[in-house]
Amino acid sequence: MSIEQLIQDIVTHSPALIIAIPLLGAFLTPLISRINDKIRNIFVILTVGLTGFIAFLLSYDVLINGNIHSYVFGGGRSVIALPSGSSFAIRILFEVDGLNAFMIIIGAILAFVGVIYSYSFMKGNTGLDKYYTLILLMIAGMFGMMLTGDMFNFFVFLEITSISSCALIAFWTNKGKSIEAGFKYIVISTIGALFVLFAIALLYGKYNALNMAVLANSIDIVNNGFIDKTALVLLISGLAMKAGIVPMHMWLPDAYGRAPSSVTIILIGTTQASLYALFRVCFTLYGSQLTQTLKYIRFNLGGSTVIFDIRLNGVFALIIIVLAILTIVVGVLMALKQNNLKRMIAFAAIAEIGYMFLAVGAWVWVIGSEHGMVALKGGIFHIINDALDIGLLFLVAGAIYYVTKETSLNKMGGLARNMKYTTIFFVIGLLAVSGMPPMNGFASKLLIYESIYHVNPILSIIAILCSILLLAIFVKVFHSAFLGPKIPKFDKVKEAPISMLIAMGMIACLIIFFGLFPNFIVENIVEPAANAIIDNSSYISHIIGGA
Amino acid sequence: MEIWQKLLETLSTENGFWNPLIWLVAVVIAYLIIYILRGYGKKECKEKTEQTKAFLSGNPEYEKEKMHIKGSNIYWGFTESLKWVYDLLEKMHTENVSDFILWFVIVMGIIFLLVGVI
Repeated sequence: MSIEQLIQDIVTHSPALIIAIPLLGAFLTPLISRINDKIRNIFVILTVGLTGFIAFLLSYDVLINGNIHSYVFGGGRSVIALPSGSSFAIRILFEVDGLNAFMIIIGAILAFVGVIYSYSFMKGNTGLDKYYTLILLMIAGMFGMMLTGDMFNFFVFLEITSISSCALIAFWTNKGKSIEAGFKYIVISTIGALFVLFAIALLYGKYNALNMAVLANSIDIVNNGFIDKTALVLLISGLAMKAGIVPMHMWLPDAYGRAPSSVTIILIGTTQASLYALFRVCFTLYGSQLTQTLKYIRFNLGGSTVIFDIRLNGVFALIIIVLAILTIVVGVLMALKQNNLKRMIAFAAIAEIGYMFLAVGAWVWVIGSEHGMVALKGGIFHIINDALDIGLLFLVAGAIYYVTKETSLNKMGGLARNMKYTTIFFVIGLLAVSGMPPMNGFASKLLIYESIYHVNPILSIIAILCSILLLAIFVKVFHSAFLGPKIPKFDKVKEAPISMLIAMGMIACLIIFFGLFPNFIVENIVEPAANAIIDNSSYISHIIGGA
Repeated sequence: MEIWQKLLETLSTENGFWNPLIWLVAVVIAYLIIYILRGYGKKECKEKTEQTKAFLSGNPEYEKEKMHIKGSNIYWGFTESLKWVYDLLEKMHTENVSDFILWFVIVMGIIFLLVGVI
């Protein structure tokens, strides 16, 4: 068998392998733990590395070659013929288009960096066999959410991710706050997932289908659309809470702040998986309904009748833009007030989610226009930038905690003298997250500012002002933690261990690369994802008609 | 060669463009101009003399360890002037999980109204 053939086979089976490898690794980890801790750690890194490599192969095939992959589980390619003459494949089906491929790149980067960072960061903790098992389960769940084309299967992966994430947030059981954060997370996740399940049940009851493409082809909100609209609201609410949209964000600072930093970086991936699901529901499942009229409102003005045509995209845009502005403003203002470093970064992460949401809202508002496309590209580009920038800052916060055992900014100072590399990584993260040129955050935010200006200049002004506040927030951290005179109790503090520096360095390099060559990233990674959002017919037609 | 060409392409933002490499060249030129202007500055300034000490209106200078401004003191004026906003935000962030659910129900109710289910 030639290498090309082998790679082709791997790519063909990659949707299954990306889930199966970490899942199998999770169950092998406790056994390997019995041999040696070091071997277990290397095994986990290799497992996640292999998963990431396969994810990149699949993404390359989808993004560069423009192929949509579907993968049928259940043996054979069983096809059901519909009375209309079309047909669709039955059993669980994974479908990978530009948007999925884009998301698994983010997942692969965060997961790989997370386990490398864990190598040193978690050293000395007990129960690491359970820790790594849960990490691999969380990674499998996250990839499952990003790859599946089946609604019920999505719910199953959502639950796998939630349960493993909860256990990992509360991993430091000797700290009461961690357990409280884990409890809050599981309550919120369960309620969110419950409403998602309710919506899936409603759609299944009406259409007798769980496949996303089949549902997307069937949903009709105009004719007898009560069930469809109810399901839509339940899905949006449940997933928006999981994605950390204000005012349903309050679990996020606790979860991100109390989890070990190596877990937090993968948690960012799971939060973004929920955001992805939200986009999939709004723009694939209900994509063909976006320009449908929900209601006509008639007014009598001076004898003539004025008719308002309330369309779904207008309502969507209103909801998304209002929630996005709230998310940005509340996230930034709350971050400014914090003195706990990880909670501060968590609030900044909330604000960053708002930027993505704002861009997508702008696209929905001016659907079909050039500005809309720029906004959508900016929003999607910001998803990967946010994962990298906020991820790097969490890793820096973890490195500071690792060497000082402090999270309060009031107790820090002068660390730049002893932690030179960590300081450089922090400055890169600071510039990137606050959208300073030439970092990656600037390119995506520039696209967002410019395009939302066409929707409403005030939105653009708010977004820019909040970005300036983000810079102010992280300048505060830089001054409080890294600058200033040497503090006697930190005299003996040393630089973070090598595996943590490698993890931070990898993300910092990606930030610089994305920042220096933004057009390359936008053309090759972002645009296919944006096109997948705009054109849901390709996603549907790939399944309907026989996969 | 082709890959370099692709990497160096300019990002179009519809109304403008962004190329970090052009920006870097501009920054280097700006710094060169600043450096040249600096050369025209006064030469009398001497390091490690009274000239370079901080002027604290005659007040004694604290030890360096005590002069570090703590995190909670930074932007005190900003947060104080927006106290009413922060009071509101703190009331909202009760840290009580029941309130988290209440917010979820409120948002869901509003979306139900907007989408026209109710």
